Amino acid sequence: MSIDKETVRKVARLARIAEPEQRLEPLAQELSGILDWIEQLNEVDIEGVEAMASTVDVSLPMRDDVLQEGPTGGGQPDRVVANAPKSEDNFFVVPKVVE
Amino acid sequence: MTNPADLSLAALRDALKAKSVSSLEATDAYLSRIDAAGDLNAFVSVTADKARNMAKASDDKLGRGEGGALEGVPLGIKDLFCTEDVLTTAGSHILDGFHPKYESTVTSQLWRDGAVMLGKLNMDEFAMGSSNETSFYGPVINPWRAEGSDAKLSPGGSSGGSSASVSARLCAGATATDTGGSIRQPASLTATVGVKPTYGRVSRWGIVAFASSLDQAGPITRDVRDAAVMLKSMAGHDPKDSTSIDAPVPDYEAALGQSVKGLKIGVPKEYRLDGMPAEIETLWAQGIEWMKDAGCEIVDISLPLTKYALPVYYIVAPAEASSNLARYDGVKYGHRAKDYSDILSMYEETRAEGFGDEVKRRVLIGTYVLSAGYYDAYYLRAQKVRKRIFDELLEAYKSVDLILTPSAPSAAFALGDKMKDPVQMYLNDVFTVTANLAGLPGASVPAGLDKQGLPLGLQLLAKPFDEETMFKGMYALEQAAGFTATPETWWA
Repeated sequence: MSIDKETVRKVARLARIAEPEQRLEPLAQELSGILDWIEQLNEVDIEGVEAMASTVDVSLPMRDDVLQEGPTGGGQPDRVVANAPKSEDNFFVVPKVVE
Repeated sequence: MTNPADLSLAALRDALKAKSVSSLEATDAYLSRIDAAGDLNAFVSVTADKARNMAKASDDKLGRGEGGALEGVPLGIKDLFCTEDVLTTAGSHILDGFHPKYESTVTSQLWRDGAVMLGKLNMDEFAMGSSNETSFYGPVINPWRAEGSDAKLSPGGSSGGSSASVSARLCAGATATDTGGSIRQPASLTATVGVKPTYGRVSRWGIVAFASSLDQAGPITRDVRDAAVMLKSMAGHDPKDSTSIDAPVPDYEAALGQSVKGLKIGVPKEYRLDGMPAEIETLWAQGIEWMKDAGCEIVDISLPLTKYALPVYYIVAPAEASSNLARYDGVKYGHRAKDYSDILSMYEETRAEGFGDEVKRRVLIGTYVLSAGYYDAYYLRAQKVRKRIFDELLEAYKSVDLILTPSAPSAAFALGDKMKDPVQMYLNDVFTVTANLAGLPGASVPAGLDKQGLPLGLQLLAKPFDEETMFKGMYALEQAAGFTATPETWWA
C-alpha cells in the first residue's frame, strides 16, 4: 500500500478538507488502489526527457499594464462580492484571523 | 407539419432563415419536451423565460432579414459554463446559489451569433467522472435502453446532460467540455456526435476550471454538420485566455463532403484491448473498410506508450484540479458551512460538505503528488511521460492524416456498475485521453449498434489545428455508416 492512514490525515489537512477519523482508513485504501495502478509509469524511460506542462508552444502573451474594460476590469466591488456567503461594505467577511 | 424540435440544428437554422418556422415555436417545442423529460434528469435548471425572450428577439431580427449564424437556434449549456446572472453549479454542492456576474467567452459567442439558451445541463461534479453519477444533482439517465430491458443506463460523462439532451432531442445542440474524454465518451454512448477541438482553439475563459492544461470545450450534436456549425461559433481567439491561439477559424461546414480520397488513416494496434467486446472490434474493422472504400489509404501504426496515458492523466489532472479547486473556500461564492470554530475549520468543513467523494479523492491525490517528497516521483515523472506520449503521436502524424479508433471500450453501462472501483471507471477514457495529453483534436461519430441495440461510436483524431480534415473524415464516416437509429421515447 503506497499511502497510509497518517499520510491521508496530513494530505487532507493540506487540502483543507475535514475527513472524519473513520474515513481515513478507507481513503488510504482507495487512494493506494489508484496510486498502485499509477506505479506502472516507473516502466517508462524518461532519461533526458523534458517535463511538459502545456501543449501550447508559445510564450505567454503580454499586454499593457492598464485597467481593463468589462468584467475583468476594476471599479466594480459590488459585483465582485455579489456571490459571497457573507459580505459587508463590499468586503468579504470571514471569521476573526487576528487575536 | 413536423415538430421543429425534430429538425437538426442546421435544418432548423435554414428553416428559421426561410421563416417557415419561428424561433419562439421551436423554443416552445423544446421547452415542452424538456418539461416532459424530467425522468432523464438532463437539466440542472431550465431558463424558460430567458429562452422565450431570446427567441422573440431572434424572431425580430429574422423578420428584418438579419441575424447571426445560429439565429434563433435553441441550445443547452453544460453547467460548467458561467452564464451571467444564471445559476452555474458545475454539478457541485459547493457552488450552491452561484450566479456569475459574467458570461463565458464560448456562451457569449453563441449569443452573439443568435443562439437561444434553454437551460443548464447536468454533469459530473466539476467534470470529474465518466458516468454522470458524481453530480450533486443526481445521475442523468441515458435515453437509450438495451432491447427488452428497462434498466437505467449511464449517458456517459462528464457531459452526460449534454449527450442525453441531444440524444433525446431536448435541444438542437449542446455545449460540452472534454478533459479526458468527457465529450467523446458520452457521445459514443448516446449515438451523438462529439467534437473536442485542439487545445487553444476554443477559449476556456469563464468555464469552471478542472485541469487547465487539458480542458477544452466543444459541441455535442445530432450529426456532423451540426457540430461543424456549432464549433465555428464557439471557436476563436480570446485575449482573456492566455492559451487561446490567435489563428483564423475555418468554415468547418465547407469541409463536409470534400473528398477524402488519398487521406492516410492510421490504425494503432495498441488500441486492441484485452476483454474489449468483440462488437467494438468488428465495428472498428468496419470503419476501416468504410474509409478504404471512400478512397483512403490505411496505415498500420504503433503507439506503444498509449497504455501509460491514463496513469499520466490521473496524476496531471488531479494535480491541476487540487490547485484549481483551492478557490472554493466558503468566502467568495457558493456554500459556507454553518458550524466552525475558526477560519481553518471553516475552510475544512465547507469543503468537506461541499465536495462529493470523487472530487475529494482527486483533490487528495493531487495534493499528495504535488507535496514535498513526492513531486519528483509522481508529478515530474508524469509530465515527462506526457512529453514522450506527445512526441510519439506527433511522430505518427508524419505518416498519417487521421487516426481511427473506437471511441469508448464499451457501450452504455448500468448506473452503479462502475462506481465501486474508481480505476474501472477511469478506464472508460482509455481511447480518448491521449488526445487531451497531446492537445490534439478528436471526435466521436455514431457508427453502429451492438447486439443489445445500444449505440457505439468511432473516434477520429487529427493533427493540431486540423479540425477541417477531421470534419472531412467524420462526414465520410457518417455517410458510410448511415446511422439513423433513435431511442424510443419511453420518458415522455
